[in-house]
Amino acid sequence: MLRASLRQVSAALKEGRVAPTELCQRCLALIKSTKFLNAYITVAEETAMKQAEESEERYKKGQPLGILDGIPIAVKDNFNTAGIETTCASNMLKGYISPYNATVVQKLLDQGAVLLGKTNLDEFAMGSGSTDGVFGPVRNPWSYSKQYKEKSGPKSHPEDEESNWVITGGSSGGSAAAVASFTCFAALGSDTGGSTRNPAAHCGVVGLKPTYGLISRHGLIPLVNSMDVPGILTRCVDDAAVLLGSLAGHDPKDSTTIQDDFMPFELHNLADVSKLSIGIPKEYHAPGLSSEMLALWSKAADLFKNAGAKVVEVSLPHTPYSIVCYHVLCTAEVASNMARFDGLEYGHRSDMKDSTESLYAATRREGFNDVVRGRILSGNYFLLKQNYEKYFVKAQKVRRLIANDFVKVFRSGVDILLTPTTLRDAAPYTEFIQEDNRTRSAQDDILTQAANMAGLPAISVPTALSERGLPVGLQFIGRSFQEKQLLTVAKWFEKQVQFPLIQLEEVKRHDSDVFQYQKSASFS
Amino acid sequence: NGTSQSSSLCKTTSNTAKSSRKIVFVGLEIHAQISSNSKLFSGSQVQFAAPPNSLVSFFDASLPGTLPVLNRRCVEAAVMTGLALNCSINKKSLFDRKHYFYADLPAGYQITQQRVPIAVNGSLSYSLCIDSKMSQMVTKTVRIKQIQLEQDSGKSLHDDTRSQTLVDLNRAGVGLMEVVMEPDMCCGEEAAAAVRELQLILQTLGSSQAVMAEGQLRVDANVSVHHPGEPYGVRTEVKNINSIRFLAKAIDYEIQRQIEELENGGTILNETRAFDSKLGCTVPMRDKEGKQDYRFMPEPNLPPLILYDAKSLPANMNHQQVINIDWIHERLPDLPSVKRKKLVEQYGILPEHSFTLLNEEGLAEFFESVVKQTQMKPKKVIGWILKDLLSYLKQHSLTVKESPVSSFVLADLLNLLEKKEISSTAAKQVLAELWKGEGKTPLEIVKEQKLELLQDQKELEQICQAVIDGHKNEVMAIKAGNPKVLNKLIGLVQKKTQGRSNPVLVKQLLEKKLSG
Repeated sequence: MLRASLRQVSAALKEGRVAPTELCQRCLALIKSTKFLNAYITVAEETAMKQAEESEERYKKGQPLGILDGIPIAVKDNFNTAGIETTCASNMLKGYISPYNATVVQKLLDQGAVLLGKTNLDEFAMGSGSTDGVFGPVRNPWSYSKQYKEKSGPKSHPEDEESNWVITGGSSGGSAAAVASFTCFAALGSDTGGSTRNPAAHCGVVGLKPTYGLISRHGLIPLVNSMDVPGILTRCVDDAAVLLGSLAGHDPKDSTTIQDDFMPFELHNLADVSKLSIGIPKEYHAPGLSSEMLALWSKAADLFKNAGAKVVEVSLPHTPYSIVCYHVLCTAEVASNMARFDGLEYGHRSDMKDSTESLYAATRREGFNDVVRGRILSGNYFLLKQNYEKYFVKAQKVRRLIANDFVKVFRSGVDILLTPTTLRDAAPYTEFIQEDNRTRSAQDDILTQAANMAGLPAISVPTALSERGLPVGLQFIGRSFQEKQLLTVAKWFEKQVQFPLIQLEEVKRHDSDVFQYQKSASFS
Repeated sequence: NGTSQSSSLCKTTSNTAKSSRKIVFVGLEIHAQISSNSKLFSGSQVQFAAPPNSLVSFFDASLPGTLPVLNRRCVEAAVMTGLALNCSINKKSLFDRKHYFYADLPAGYQITQQRVPIAVNGSLSYSLCIDSKMSQMVTKTVRIKQIQLEQDSGKSLHDDTRSQTLVDLNRAGVGLMEVVMEPDMCCGEEAAAAVRELQLILQTLGSSQAVMAEGQLRVDANVSVHHPGEPYGVRTEVKNINSIRFLAKAIDYEIQRQIEELENGGTILNETRAFDSKLGCTVPMRDKEGKQDYRFMPEPNLPPLILYDAKSLPANMNHQQVINIDWIHERLPDLPSVKRKKLVEQYGILPEHSFTLLNEEGLAEFFESVVKQTQMKPKKVIGWILKDLLSYLKQHSLTVKESPVSSFVLADLLNLLEKKEISSTAAKQVLAELWKGEGKTPLEIVKEQKLELLQDQKELEQICQAVIDGHKNEVMAIKAGNPKVLNKLIGLVQKKTQGRSNPVLVKQLLEKKLSG
């Protein structure tokens, strides 16, 4: 049951095959037994059960609120949740309980969803490994899968297992791990430079970054306001469409959301891809792209070609400059956004009382980790009067060029771009932390952040298992606000590749009643 | 800009006899709090003197994840003000963040309009008296560089004894219009007159209540001084000015200080100085963090502010979602300068009187209301309004609204005078009684105190005769060719009749009797 898709479990709830409270309890139990993954920062057991009971009442009366009623979900811990701690995995907000719900959280609750808890992340979403938060790193559930264990070496001692576990990617690693380990049916992440798609790819789940402005950011604690979007992590593309439909649309509290109403859609099965033009941007053949990844990418292109689609190589010439510009713009906004954390109104406050200035300094030194402080420092440097033109304005101009690259390609008739999501499969934790956060982010966001710079919708679809038995994903980038087309193509692709189900002992114990959702035929 | 050049060179201030001539530049930065029910980017109420921290939304306290939502009313107020100040309104303006750490700035930055403000390149005409008798007025113009929308900060209250700082965020996020006036003024009086005119305009528009004492209008002055032919002097900024009177004083003090400093071979520092109203001088302000780099950055959570005019207005746009500059323009009320002109033309009063009428809130309306209700000529009414009503109100620190005598009652009184039922002396007596506010009508007071003019000519003739008979010396003096003495006799008759006689008539009677 827990391995079912959101739509399947919703049907089961409707038909009375399972009760919301039972479903919620099962998820909570699985969260407990997979605690070692460190996917959750806060598990809201009590409120979740209460919400499940309320849902159950509605089902009993035959008045469920819709497809999400009774569905256990998880939310990244940088979305405000009234009454439930919101920490951003930072000492700065440890113990902080927001008085309000983020718009997306409110929408989920209004539709009857059951909020299980808040998921782990890199501190303030700054990172690409989910390794840099105060609550410790998130472990990729695939580290404990039969598939990985079989391929990562002959006899694995318990010590090996301890040192061999791989990262989830980030920064929404907790949400990706939660969906991948079946502790929830969908999760919210946030995506600023790839933070939803990157962990989705590493954890073998679907990660959708919608068009900027389609989903409200109100209540999402910002990283980079001009690039942040709430992200959606699900088991399959159909589920992502369901979540998108329930979250998208204008929010009077976020002036950057679209004015028009959003019409939720269901995805049909694409029978004919011959009218489709798939672009393969050559610049995404980036340094460091693993040969395995490259092979998979061209195989996917062939898949489309063989099915009759037009597959063309295209150029997005400014792509190589994107990651540098992304860092300038990102750190500048970070410096600005983090200025509010001064210990006066909320959050951590230092005991230092010599002066207001020393209180600020001590509070921020104690509250933020090195990564956050480093980004604040460089961001402020870029914003200095003498540097503003040289860095910030220049980066903005290049950002425009990057966005124009996409416009041109789409104008030339390309419908969807196909790229890898990551350079390679997930690294073992011990290897990952050999490099600093900045270096890692530069490598890991390289294929994803351009979509954020341009505000375009993009989705990572789990595609195959690597030689090491770890998931890898491919990314589809669509035209602004053309999510329906993007998801339709992604769904078609998902069906072709038949990504294998994760085989986890923990889950088997909790989910004896196996609900066969996908066959375990493998793409590669 | 030729006009402004000439106006900035208008006057060279000479210090004392020994000092050489200097050219003075005075520019102003004025923050006007927008009169609006809610704040610039949040739904919190705006209210003066509410309990501390009772008007604070999540956004105002900068809770993480909150976003600004622009208040339409504030934009309209800024557009109105821009139009009234002859500005060009930018159809597209932008918001920026200005960063600095301060306890009453919860976000660590202020949202303002640094790059492209909502209105630019305007002008303000103001008049001031150039002699002490207040009878000769000149009109000058100051250029308006720009008007920008921005957030107000909260208030920090420092408790030095307990070394605590208390923060009140009620004001945090209230909408401000910053009006930047070019340094086209050259003395305190000019600056004061310009600010007063701006204040009247804002109040007429209703875009700000502009009460300086309540902090709704805050003025900072930039002052610099230099020798003709030499480069411009270093400027200082004078802050902490909380009335128009102090504005003039602060600027004039600062000008003198700079001149004296230069005369004595000193230098002027580019510094911020505070005006100490008790000592009547400016003192250097403790510079908080030395030179600030505000690290300006575009505000990413607010799209560009787009305004439309009749031409650019999209046809199928919801009216609630757009602001039409032309629509606002057509609905601007008469500005003070137009009102004054109308008063002068319509009622034949002196221009300086029209200034006085507009200077007091409600006074012009009071005047017009009296005029409507009396047969007395407006030219005569104005004397009663300015000399009697206004000076009484000033003496007792009352506003026009609080006047114990309504326009209706005053008109009543003036009608008695106009119909020659009472003398003007008696009218003043009645007015003195009316101030007590006991609810009596003028006529009742006239009756009670027997102040009606003597209508009985015979009785008056008898009184005149008695006065003549009793003052032989004066009569001889008049007959000897000193007509001035006649006034004394008239006065005596008035005294006998307790002011109830018509002086013109008395004069005629006396003259007739003396010539006979």
